[in-house]
Formats: sequence, structure tokens, C-alpha cells
Amino acid sequence: MTTENKATSIRFENVSYIYSPDTPFEKRALDCINTEIEGGVITGLIGHTGSGKSTLVQLMNGLLKPTCGKVYVGGRDIWEDPKKIREFRFRVGLVFQYPEYQLFEETIYKDIAFGPSNMGLDEAEIKARVLESLDFVGLDASMLDKSPFDLSGGQKRRVAIAGIMAMRPEVLVLDEPAAGLDPRGREEILGGVHEYQRRSGSTVIIVSHSMEDMAKYADRLLVMKGAEVIKNGDCHEIFAESETLTSIGLDVPQITRFMKALAARGVDVPADIFTVDEAAAALLPLLRKEGGASC
Amino acid sequence: MLKDITLGQYFPGTSPLHKLDPRMKIILTVIYIVDILFASNIWSFLLVSLFTVGLVLISTIPPKIVIKGLKPLIFIIAFTVIFNIFWTEGDHLLLSAGPVKIYLEGIMYAIFMIVRVVALLAGTCVVLTYTTSPIALTDGLEQLLSPLKKLRLPVHEFSMMMTIALRFIPTLVEETDKIMSAQKARGADFESGSLISRAKALVPILIPLFVSAFRRADDLAVAMECRCYRGGEGRSKMTALHFTGRDFLWLGIFLLFGAAVILINRFAPGISL
Repeated sequence: MTTENKATSIRFENVSYIYSPDTPFEKRALDCINTEIEGGVITGLIGHTGSGKSTLVQLMNGLLKPTCGKVYVGGRDIWEDPKKIREFRFRVGLVFQYPEYQLFEETIYKDIAFGPSNMGLDEAEIKARVLESLDFVGLDASMLDKSPFDLSGGQKRRVAIAGIMAMRPEVLVLDEPAAGLDPRGREEILGGVHEYQRRSGSTVIIVSHSMEDMAKYADRLLVMKGAEVIKNGDCHEIFAESETLTSIGLDVPQITRFMKALAARGVDVPADIFTVDEAAAALLPLLRKEGGASC
Repeated sequence: MLKDITLGQYFPGTSPLHKLDPRMKIILTVIYIVDILFASNIWSFLLVSLFTVGLVLISTIPPKIVIKGLKPLIFIIAFTVIFNIFWTEGDHLLLSAGPVKIYLEGIMYAIFMIVRVVALLAGTCVVLTYTTSPIALTDGLEQLLSPLKKLRLPVHEFSMMMTIALRFIPTLVEETDKIMSAQKARGADFESGSLISRAKALVPILIPLFVSAFRRADDLAVAMECRCYRGGEGRSKMTALHFTGRDFLWLGIFLLFGAAVILINRFAPGISL
């Protein structure tokens, strides 16, 4: 892994994408997107169903080619030479929704090694990467010789995510990685992604519908609505404007709603709180002060 | 590219052909095919062409789409044309160059063949596939074949299988698209390399596709069982099919067309097969 490219950013310049152009089924999925996803942090991509999130992520590694506009990864136009697009598939690792359905090999080891071996790495390097990514997703090395089809749903998904992590992408993109999992499963997968980001210093983009998860793991947020990016900022800024989010059918974390309600009742608390820990830190002194008076 | 596959190319509409009973449409299609095969001289072929053009116009299906549907036939047509032109012998020699002799009859036969093949496909498409929803089609087929139940043939089960197969084609196409994208994201390469390496590259698509098809089949079986599906015996239909005057009117038209073709063959002079 090269060190100078660690914080790879992705920039969209006037990007539009139209599905089945010039037919009766024409659909404009993205409309003139101009935005930049900062490198080296976790960005949450939120938006209503059909707002263009999945189209946007498929543009990042060149699975889709923008109808017009340019996509820059680490400052380079990815469609400059269409023959080299495969290089960007390795630099930007994309985990699809429900990735457990793409497993196909006889053993877990072979499945995780599929990406790295497509990169043309040697056997020792592949092995090191497989073991490393298995560790990130919290699976045990003793499972490597098992068939991926014998695993539970959550475990399969972790194997699939490990398959992308093993390519050591500079940018890791996950489309709803925790959809349909129980709280513990969510915790394990998102925790693993968080761990990967912290250790490798790479850029991570997570598409999600859960504001709680975003509050916990994301540093920045990108909000999409009707084929456009309407907000791009850090979590504090965006959750502070809960009205904008609710007006487009999204939510804010439960705790933020709670703090807002408190503020509306005249309790003096900050408005941009979105994790339980922060709330506790803000409320404890108040409770101590008032608790002394009322008890 | 997978989006280009259009199976069960039903175009919703309200033309007289759309409104016919699917059973009658299957019968009409059979009559139509027989009528066309009867045609054997220049005037009856002219009538066949006119009748087919008329059907296309009545169906309100854009002629562009009908023509597009004929594209796969191009090789068959080219083949028969070449054979007919060079291998037919007759009385009117048009061109002779060494061993190659072209007769007027050859050219006429070639034209007849084109008309026959094109009319066959265009007519069937317009009467049956373009104007009948796949569900109505299997429904009609089931009822037409229901006398075979007396011979203990599982007619209902076959038509249910057909309905399910048609229902899942778009789903599986979508699924294939998704799996292909996912494997491409892992660097799979489907577009370059030798034939063998390309065939090998399909494994990462086919295995997940089969796995998911089996999973879907399983889910569907359970869902059907939950709703107490137990086969065809005593099962009633949500929309019962009834023949109306309109259906018999069209039956009359098609029979008349057949009679006209036969009469023209016999009594109108002209170049014939």
C-alpha cells in the first residue's frame, strides 16, 4: 500500500447520470452533482430511497459511466483512459447491498482471495491480506477451509466485506452494510469497518438509513434528495439542522430529538448533540445542580 | 446490455386484438398459420401480405417494434433467399453465367418465402405475444388443454410452471446484473481473454445465480403452501374467461381469410409455387 495516497478523496464535477436514455423508461438518477468526499474520514451517505445514493456509489469505482461530468479519485479523472478503469475498481472497493449473495467459492479463503488474486498478487501476499481482513471483520482463522454456504447470514456478509477489504482499497464504499442485521451484528460489522478505517487511514463511505449508526461512526455526512446532493458537512452541522432532515423524510438520532425537546422546554442544553455519551456529559452537570435543589 | 432482452414482450393496449379472449387468440393463431401455409400463388401471397399489414395496424403496436422483432430472422431469410434463387429451375431464364443460372421462378419463390416467413412471425406476434399478457396466455392455454386432464396429464401444473417461469425472468435478469456488478467490483474481467478464460469468468456469476434461484424457489414454495395452494383440483379463477360475440366475429374473419386464400389459389391465374 502506498503511503502518499492514503487520504484519497473523491470529487464529482457536474456529474449527471441517466438510466436508459432516449427511451420511454428514461430516468434521471443524478442531476449535476458537484461535491467532494473528504479523504481519510468516514462519510455517511444518507437520503431517501430513490434519491440516487446507489447510483452515486457505482460511479465512484467506474461500474457506471457518468452521462456527463467527471469523477476524480485522488485527483485523477477515472474515465481518462477507459481501458484502465479496472485499476480504479481495486483502488475504490465497493461492497454492494446484501453482499452475501455474491459468494461463490468452495472455501472462505478462496472467496476472500478472489479480489486480491485478480490484482495479480503473489500467494504469500494474498494469504497475509486474507488473514488481515478476516481479523477486521472479527472471524476466526479456523473457518478458512469451510464452505461459505455453511455460514449464517451475518457471517456470510462479513466474509463478503472481508473480500473487498483484502484488496486494501484506498476508498472503501459500503452500501447499507448493516441492513437486516440484529443490533449485535450491526455493531460487529460497523465496528470492523471503523477499525479498518482507523488502522489504514483510508477513506470510508457508508450508505445507511440508520441515523443512530451514522451518529456513532460517521465523521461527515452527505445528504441526498431527488437526484441532488443537498448537504455535505460534518455530523454536528447536519444533525443540528434537524428541520431540514425531517422535511425530506429523514430522521435525526433519537437522542438529538430528545435534547431538542428538552431545549424546547427551556432547559439550557446545546442543540448539536447526537450521541448518548455527549448527552450524558451535557446533562449530568445540570442534573447535579438541579438534583441538589429538588431532593 | 441485459436490459435489452425483452421476453414476453407484452404491450398493454386497448385495440380489438387486445380485447380478445386468450383462448380464441391461440385458436386464431393456429388458423392463421395454416392459412399462410395454404397460400401458393402470387395473388394469395398478396392477400396474405395485406391481411398481415392489416393485423399490425389494428393491433396499434408501433410498426417499428414489429420490424425490430423480425431482426433475428435475417439469417434464415438470407439463407432461404440464396437457396431459392440459385437452386430453382424454371422456364424463364434471366441470367446465365457459367454454372450459375438464375430463373424468374427462383426469384419469385424467394419473394414468396420472405412473405411467408415475415407474415408468419409478424402475425403471430401481433395476435399473440404483443397483445396478450403472459398470465392471460398461460391461462388460455391451460383452459384449451384442459380436456387432456381426462388423460391424467397435469395440465394445471404445467401452466403454473409456465406462469412462474415467466414471472421470474425479469427478476433473474436483474439479479444477474447485480451479481455481475458485484464481481466486477472485485476485479472480475468478463470482456477480455481467451474463450476458455471467459467461460471460467462466468463461474463467479453462475454459482451465486443458481444459489439465489434455488433460494427463491424454496421461498416461493413455502409462501404458496402458507396460502394453502394444493394444485388444480377444484381451484376457481379470479377472472373467468367467456367467449363473446367479438371472439366469434374474429374467428369468422380468419376462417374467411383461409377460404379466400384457397379459392384464389385455385381460380386466379398467376405464378404459383
